[in-house]
Amino acid sequence: MDFQTSEEHTLIRESVRQLASRYGLEYWREKDRQHAFPEELWQELARAGWLGTIIPERYGGAGMGLLEMAIVVEEMAASGAGATIAQLFMMTPVFGALTILRHGSEEQRERYLPALARGEFDFSMALTEPDAGSDTLATKTLARRRGDEYVISGQKVWISGVDRAGGMLLVARTTPLEEAPRRTFGLSLFLVDPRSPGVSHQPLEKVGTHCVTSSMVFIDELVVPKTALIGEEGEGWKYLVDTLNSERIVTTAGCVGAGELAIKLAVDYANARMVFGQKIGRHQAIQFPLARLKAEIEMARLMNYKAAWLLDHHLPCAAEANMAKMVAAEAAFNACDQAMQTLGGYGFSTEYHIERLWRDVRLFRLAPISQEMVLNYIAQHVLGLPRSY
Amino acid sequence: MKIFVCVKQIPDPNTVESKLDPATKRLVRTGVSLVLDPGDETTIAAAIKLRDSLGNSELTAISMGPASAQEALRRALAMGVDRAILISDSALAGSDVLGTARTLAAALKRENPDLIFCSTESTDGYTGMVPGAIAEFLGLPQLTFAREINVEGTKAVIKRVTQTGYEVVESPLPAVVTIASGSFEAIYPTMKGIMSARKKPFSQLSLSDLGLDPSQVGEAGAREQVLSIGKAEARAAGQIIKDEGNAAEIIADFLQRHQLL
Repeated sequence: MDFQTSEEHTLIRESVRQLASRYGLEYWREKDRQHAFPEELWQELARAGWLGTIIPERYGGAGMGLLEMAIVVEEMAASGAGATIAQLFMMTPVFGALTILRHGSEEQRERYLPALARGEFDFSMALTEPDAGSDTLATKTLARRRGDEYVISGQKVWISGVDRAGGMLLVARTTPLEEAPRRTFGLSLFLVDPRSPGVSHQPLEKVGTHCVTSSMVFIDELVVPKTALIGEEGEGWKYLVDTLNSERIVTTAGCVGAGELAIKLAVDYANARMVFGQKIGRHQAIQFPLARLKAEIEMARLMNYKAAWLLDHHLPCAAEANMAKMVAAEAAFNACDQAMQTLGGYGFSTEYHIERLWRDVRLFRLAPISQEMVLNYIAQHVLGLPRSY
Repeated sequence: MKIFVCVKQIPDPNTVESKLDPATKRLVRTGVSLVLDPGDETTIAAAIKLRDSLGNSELTAISMGPASAQEALRRALAMGVDRAILISDSALAGSDVLGTARTLAAALKRENPDLIFCSTESTDGYTGMVPGAIAEFLGLPQLTFAREINVEGTKAVIKRVTQTGYEVVESPLPAVVTIASGSFEAIYPTMKGIMSARKKPFSQLSLSDLGLDPSQVGEAGAREQVLSIGKAEARAAGQIIKDEGNAAEIIADFLQRHQLL
């Protein structure tokens, strides 16, 4: 087992930190206030090649893996973005690039991957439905085959970034659940243009992650060619597994970075703030919670690297990716909450940034999978206990 | 055109508090985070800019240091330098300005460079004497404090930073040029740059490759002797002048006494 950091990983970390330092806490505070996408930063990330991290060199990317992308996301989050940066990396590099790279046809790879590496357009994924969130197999959106086309109708919810996406990974049933020979059969993945006739969307108001929209998406008789299908019809669940595990890895990286940032802000404050004639950081009541959270964040980071390494080596990683996400989301939220407690009243002010980190990171105890569903997974698939739901 | 840039790995000035070893009287470089000198990053940016504007040119980064210095050179490669040379030899430990310049000059001489870029000074030692010594060893002209550099035919033309602005200075090629800090926007490695760095030529030279004798360099060849080290005197508290109607006069007197007026 080798824990030596490679020269390349150090370079990636330093380079991303350098780039991110130009878009610090104030930049993100302003974007949050305006509910605006961090366009300038995203374009710069594209120019510097960071959006193509996992795209092979022959398609214009860097040919690295999820481990390297996790490092990029961690550094971006810790440099000021907070956990919301994970959503940006989920949408285009994971939902788009990773899915197409692993399961798309050669024609689909050539069509999409170079453009995604260059940052020419973004992706989103339409998976969750009003009655099918954690229960993906209960998806109701239906794709009916009509000659060389599919006609798709249904409704999706909480779809991130669809308003500016040029591509969308759409999850639909080609065989309704009640007609499927097995529950996992009948889901299919389609690459569609969300700007096509038949697709409309409506943003939802929410607590945080204001830089990325989350929308209701209505799909009404959307016609797509047969070539929009990824892999084999009805086998979408198999393909989704890689995408969803990668999504958890990127989520964890964002939470690890956000937790690290919150702890840093708290420590800086505790080392400077004088109350009753001494620095508040001298008190164990301030130190211990932060120290404990630091340990939890580091453990989540390590488990995430393991999950990413497994995924990069095409090995099963669902248990590791889920465990890392659960620990990271909890630790990161608690780190932001404890940072707010450390800063006292100032932590409640937008000027001190903690409240944004706190609002944003709260999402990741719910998404992309709830903490409770992770526990269900561990109980059932790792411990071998009966399915409880 | 063959362009070279001399670079150095130093303790990270952003995270490491510089410490001197009382026994060796040298800067402590072990057990601390080491980075490519941030000043060199600007110099590399200047060299890359010139190489790209000239076309048909090759940029090589060269460094003298322990094996760990290859990390600094890898960063230079990731930033866009084409090739790297590391001169590493245990006999080089303890080299002073003369030994460092002698070694770098010997390596540069083998390459017949057209232009050699250096930072004005390193961010750890701050002697600022190595570039001049390299020029002397190679018998080349030196252009200093450049904030802009161009090649016109067989001449290097720079804008040299002065206290009041700049002056235009030129010299025949080959030449040594030092870059004024902060004159060029630093560039950071891109993902593709990091990936391509692993495929770029990287060579390592020892003293024997350069035809140098261990007695000419390192501790043995050092002509500088550090007699003692000590902390810089802490800045004295300032003088507070309470304005009782004559504060302006007192301040004017003070400034005049220090020849500031």
